[in-house]
Amino acid sequence: MTTTAETMPYAEAIAAFEPVLGLETHVELGTASKMFCSCPTAFGADPNTQVCPVCLGLPGSMPVVNRMGVESTIRMGLALNCSIAEWCRFARKNYFYPDMPKDYQISQYDEPLCFDGWLDVTVETDDGPRAFRVEIERVHMEEDTGKLTHAGGATGRIHGADYSLVDYNRAGIPLIEIVTKPIVGTGELAPLVARAYVTELRDLMRSLGVSDVRMEEGSLRCDVNVSLNRAGDDWGTRSETKNVNSLRSVERAVRSEIERQAAVLSSGGRVIQETRHFHEDTGRSTPGRSKEQAEDYRYFPEPDLVPVAPSREWVEELRGTLPELPSAKRARLRAEWGISDHDFQTLVNGGALELVEATIAEGVDPAAARKWWTGELARIANDREIELADVPVSPGQIKHIQRLIEDGSLTDKLARQVIEGIIAGEGDVDDVVAGRGLAVVSDDSALLAAIDQALVDQPDVAEKIRGGKVQAAGAIVGAVMKATRGQADAAKVRALLFERLGVSE
Amino acid sequence: MTTMEGDLTRQSATVLADAMAQGEVSAEEVTRAHLDRISEVDGDVHAFLHVLSDEAVEVARGVDRRRAAGERLGPLAGVPLALKDVLTMSGVPTTCGSRVLEGWRPPYDSTVVERLRAADVVILGKTNMDEFAMGSSTEHSAYGPTRNPWDLERIPGGSGGGSSAAIAAFEAPLAIGTDTGGSIRQPAAVTGTVGVKPTYGGVSRYGLVALASSLDQAGPCARTVMDAALLHAAIAGHDPRDSTSIDAPVPDVVAAARKADIRGVRIGLIKELGGEGYQAGVSQRFDEAVEVLTDLGAEVVEVSCPNFEYALAAYYLILPSEASSNLARFDGMRYGLRVGDDGDRSVEQVMALTREAGFGAEVKRRIMIGTYALSSGYYDAYYGQAQKVRTLITRDFAAAFEQADVLISPTAPTTAFKIGEKVDDPLAMYLNDVATIPVNLAGNAAMSLPVGLAPEDGLPVGMQVIAPAMADDRLYLVGAALERALVDRWGHLLIEEAPDL
Repeated sequence: MTTTAETMPYAEAIAAFEPVLGLETHVELGTASKMFCSCPTAFGADPNTQVCPVCLGLPGSMPVVNRMGVESTIRMGLALNCSIAEWCRFARKNYFYPDMPKDYQISQYDEPLCFDGWLDVTVETDDGPRAFRVEIERVHMEEDTGKLTHAGGATGRIHGADYSLVDYNRAGIPLIEIVTKPIVGTGELAPLVARAYVTELRDLMRSLGVSDVRMEEGSLRCDVNVSLNRAGDDWGTRSETKNVNSLRSVERAVRSEIERQAAVLSSGGRVIQETRHFHEDTGRSTPGRSKEQAEDYRYFPEPDLVPVAPSREWVEELRGTLPELPSAKRARLRAEWGISDHDFQTLVNGGALELVEATIAEGVDPAAARKWWTGELARIANDREIELADVPVSPGQIKHIQRLIEDGSLTDKLARQVIEGIIAGEGDVDDVVAGRGLAVVSDDSALLAAIDQALVDQPDVAEKIRGGKVQAAGAIVGAVMKATRGQADAAKVRALLFERLGVSE
Repeated sequence: MTTMEGDLTRQSATVLADAMAQGEVSAEEVTRAHLDRISEVDGDVHAFLHVLSDEAVEVARGVDRRRAAGERLGPLAGVPLALKDVLTMSGVPTTCGSRVLEGWRPPYDSTVVERLRAADVVILGKTNMDEFAMGSSTEHSAYGPTRNPWDLERIPGGSGGGSSAAIAAFEAPLAIGTDTGGSIRQPAAVTGTVGVKPTYGGVSRYGLVALASSLDQAGPCARTVMDAALLHAAIAGHDPRDSTSIDAPVPDVVAAARKADIRGVRIGLIKELGGEGYQAGVSQRFDEAVEVLTDLGAEVVEVSCPNFEYALAAYYLILPSEASSNLARFDGMRYGLRVGDDGDRSVEQVMALTREAGFGAEVKRRIMIGTYALSSGYYDAYYGQAQKVRTLITRDFAAAFEQADVLISPTAPTTAFKIGEKVDDPLAMYLNDVATIPVNLAGNAAMSLPVGLAPEDGLPVGMQVIAPAMADDRLYLVGAALERALVDRWGHLLIEEAPDL
């Protein structure tokens, strides 16, 4: 350990150095079957139940390319403005590891299916939104490995473990790897650009339907490359922080690596070319294996597969199937809904965009739809520390609730209780309304009885209202609302009260 | 009913199938006769690593029952067969001649086995081979060498020496071999039998434990050209589980074998494969067979394939490269041998100890060569250059096939050598395949068939016939014509001259 500080404060680091980023993102495709066999890809099955001779790499077995995997990769490449190879091959990446059934991974090497594209991303700054173009080096196909679980030992890693378990259900699940070219010129915004890029990739894949990108299931994994150089100098030595698995972690990993490397460089040290492991709990990384002696994967063309040669007709046909991409869609919605950049960004950042859009599509007024998702539901998500999309209330249920409000059957306050009931598992909207007896009391005689009682209880207030002090009505309305346990429409109570007292508002 | 009994094992598959179809003999009798023969002679020959005694009889009985029920069965129904131990068969040990796979029983059938079952062929057992098909003598089997039925002191060829010896020893009328650089043809040549390497992609590789994926091809071994044709037809054809299998109709090899008329067929004699380095008796019998072809009305011309001289060098880069990757999975983690797992050693140490103990010297040699050839900084100079040579060899073939319908050469430069003679000299061993390797590099089809005994040692000599890809039928046309003429001359198949065991 050196005695110098291990990190330099971020502002100081950015003042002294310019960061260069590179991101390699692996995403599991949402195909029904694996990349090279027909085993299912469903998440969460019992270990080693979704396997066959091919994905177990049994002697003699042979891979067959999943056409849907190729199709998804091409669509992703097209959405990233890439060129699509007319002819390319799979390659074997050779290395020994127990999560690898064949001790090589079928991947692509110097002939990726998609190459030379870009993705525009926007980050919020104090001076308003700023756009960056992230250039894409390549998009290629490969197979996932099995999943290792290490038991015993302190580190949760293979070294020191008492034993390790392998689940080959994941082996052979199609992955695409999206590699950026070096991202320069982001300055202090580097962590935000990295996060915005991965967010945009995620949204893109979801809108294409090629993956549902369940980050908590590890279906998107990011390797973050960072180097620093002083202005005008050549690029520095980079480190590669592996398996950064959430949007927040991408941002933190870039930031902490900038702080770490800046401290090393400013104390006269040398950044080592190495892989690093990111720790979610501390937000810091620790060194993994050194890459000074580059690992030799002995890539060579996969002789068990024939080349992939997508016809131009097919590529154009796939281009025709691309949906409206997230950036274009956002521009359109902003215009259609007529809301400010700021309000729109709030929706996007809160993960509410799709939900609001779906709710509007159900026929709910845009303002009401936004109100629900950025208000009550966002609060619930926040309290429960879950993603908004994971709050178990659907756009259809919001429509139902909103309709009940509009026809006077529910008040806003009752509606919130309905939502509470849905989340508590009490059933659908109607079930909760019935189960909790939440219908608005609209029976005039019942309301009038409650009003009369309140007038008797508060004769002085009654007198004031009769004398024309309509502001005093609140006390009576409040008492009626209390008597009806909030299930009355306050406006209606007010109107009935004035009618009863023969006072006009 | 029993008119054929006693000599059932001496019959061809065609004759046996016909006799079974006519009800002259049952499949069970045929199977038992061959199992008896195996018990009798395999102690000396050691063609089999695993004999499926009970299962084979069971399958044969099933065939008899179905035939008795009036079912129409295929042309090989009830015929026994020996399967090279490199093809998976569900529940049956598959060792590839290696310790590293000892005890492994695959949970699935290879496509070849699936098709053999569909054809009602009776599989007698698994045959011995050089470890992972690396070798030309079957001496590299971890389970001991197979011996040549012509002379038990000599090698039966390799890697498929078990399959060819089983045929030559009358333990089975048919066998399946695999051919990466000559492993069907060279054993056929040195045992006086027929062996065919089909067009690459002609027979599915699914379930064939890969040595070199871009070269491997399974094919038929038999004592007659017609038997080989029937077996070829049974196993060939597109398989969606093998991406490299060709999606096109299988050439009608049976019709070609039946036709056996080569009048006007142009036959190209490959100048570079013959002469110096070839045993005198091999050259002599080969030349005599060429005369027979001419007599039969073929037009024999000389063709030149100048790049063949680089074939062996290219082959010994491509094969080890692919093999080093294909054999990586034998690491003791999932199946087969595991060595050194004492609870303290790391996974890397267990993998290394397993591979150290599980692989023989030849396998290790090729894994090391391949690992080196694929390494960063060497790839272009070795693997890359070898692929270029491969292209040149393919062009040589294309040019030669402009001048000729089929090409011919001796199959192997020598007759069967003595066990132990070359086992410590890898280069001498590799040279055995000098004439067969170019075919694998180009993906063509080729056959070896016996053309006589070398006068100096009385051992069989084979002729290789080569056809363009997906013209496998030409092999059978030429092979059957030559075989018929030679049998007419000798009065019997050459194999009949093999000494009694």
